[in-house]
Amino acid sequence: MVNFIEDFKFVFLEGNRWKFMLDGLKITIGVSIASVFVGLALGLILAIMKMTAVKKGKRTILSVLANTYIDIIRGTPSVLQLLIMYFVVFRSRMGVMAAIISFGMNSAAYVAENIRAGIMAVDNGQMEGGRSLGLSYGITMRYIIIPQAVKNILPALGNEFILLIKETSILGYIAIYDLTKAANYITSRTYKMFLPLIGAAVIYYILTKILSIGLAKFERRLRESD
Amino acid sequence: MIKVKNLYKSFGSLQVLKGVDAEIKKGECVCVIGPSGSGKSTFLRCLNLLEQPDSGEINIDGVNVMDTKCDVDKLRLNVGMVFQHFNLFPHLTILENLTLAPLKLKLMTESEAKKKAMALLERVGVGDKADCYPNKLSGGQKQRVAIARALTLSPKVMLFDEPTSALDPEMVGEVLEVMKQLASEGMTMIVVTHEMGFAREVGSWVYFMDEGVVSEDGTPKDLFENPKNERTKSFLSKVL
Repeated sequence: MVNFIEDFKFVFLEGNRWKFMLDGLKITIGVSIASVFVGLALGLILAIMKMTAVKKGKRTILSVLANTYIDIIRGTPSVLQLLIMYFVVFRSRMGVMAAIISFGMNSAAYVAENIRAGIMAVDNGQMEGGRSLGLSYGITMRYIIIPQAVKNILPALGNEFILLIKETSILGYIAIYDLTKAANYITSRTYKMFLPLIGAAVIYYILTKILSIGLAKFERRLRESD
Repeated sequence: MIKVKNLYKSFGSLQVLKGVDAEIKKGECVCVIGPSGSGKSTFLRCLNLLEQPDSGEINIDGVNVMDTKCDVDKLRLNVGMVFQHFNLFPHLTILENLTLAPLKLKLMTESEAKKKAMALLERVGVGDKADCYPNKLSGGQKQRVAIARALTLSPKVMLFDEPTSALDPEMVGEVLEVMKQLASEGMTMIVVTHEMGFAREVGSWVYFMDEGVVSEDGTPKDLFENPKNERTKSFLSKVL
């Protein structure tokens, strides 16, 4: 026990190394939040592109484009996407920006599927009910389908955010000091493996746990209003 | 009022309507009966283009519905529809269910729409539920609200697609009562139904559909008491 406390002091307190962890955590959270918004905006556009096929009853140019994009994003490792975005597209500059765009583009593919599934899960009778009253497709979507779909989509988006937080642990690949990279850095400075790595893992776990508890509460509230 | 000629509709390789002819006059309450899968509902849904027919003619109140230039949304203002599963909007209150369409289509002011909606809700006996959400209502109440909702736009024709099939038996009467009242006020109605009693009592004309065509039609008295077609006879002997 004494040993553990000594180690703890050495690893985190000496040289104010805990500040690396804190700064890393800020990067992790910051990049995650920014990426989730990029993913949401892009995902919404992709979902709308995909939905054009549902309205027409057959494939459209937009739906094919969206499907191809989603297919490629889901079929390639996100580490590679990040490396390509940073080294090829951004030419090794503006790492954080490249990361946000890369994670956002990655997330968008999954978000698009969530949004589409959430809209499709609304009973077709709702669309018919709206249309039979002389409302256009757009108005029916806006005032009848989307408000109901949001309840299906929001929990899925919360999950996407939790996934993103863990996904950002690959930021170290492009030399950004996120929580994982910071822990890794401390191991190289102290030659202690256990505490920095386990410490980082515990922080990730607490972070995602808080979010998933909040999400579960939120979902329950959504269901109560049904 | 409504003329249908040689209407065809397929779903993929399944031919559902094989040349339906019908003529419905103003103020009539036409009941469409027949076995499951005979195309009754599809026929009804073609009338307000919820299903796009493959070929044939539909003329509603002088408007050629099959014309590609026909404004579907405008047509539907004149053709109200009541569904088997009500299709009320669960995220809106009963009152909002009724006022949504007239407000979004800018056909009425908010106070006009509310006034009209309340009058209609009173008329179908659910005025006290105006501020509830649909899930607080019984099936019968839901269907009566759905009828009121279809009436807010003052349609010239009302289509009913098996309006009582999803209801508990004890709720059927209250819905049929509202429909009966509507028919007696001179609303032009087309009712796809399995309620033979209603067809007999309220219907002014009955169509018997089988295998995608109208195989027999006549006054309720003739059709129920002296069916000529063999298929009609065997169907009626099973359901009556």
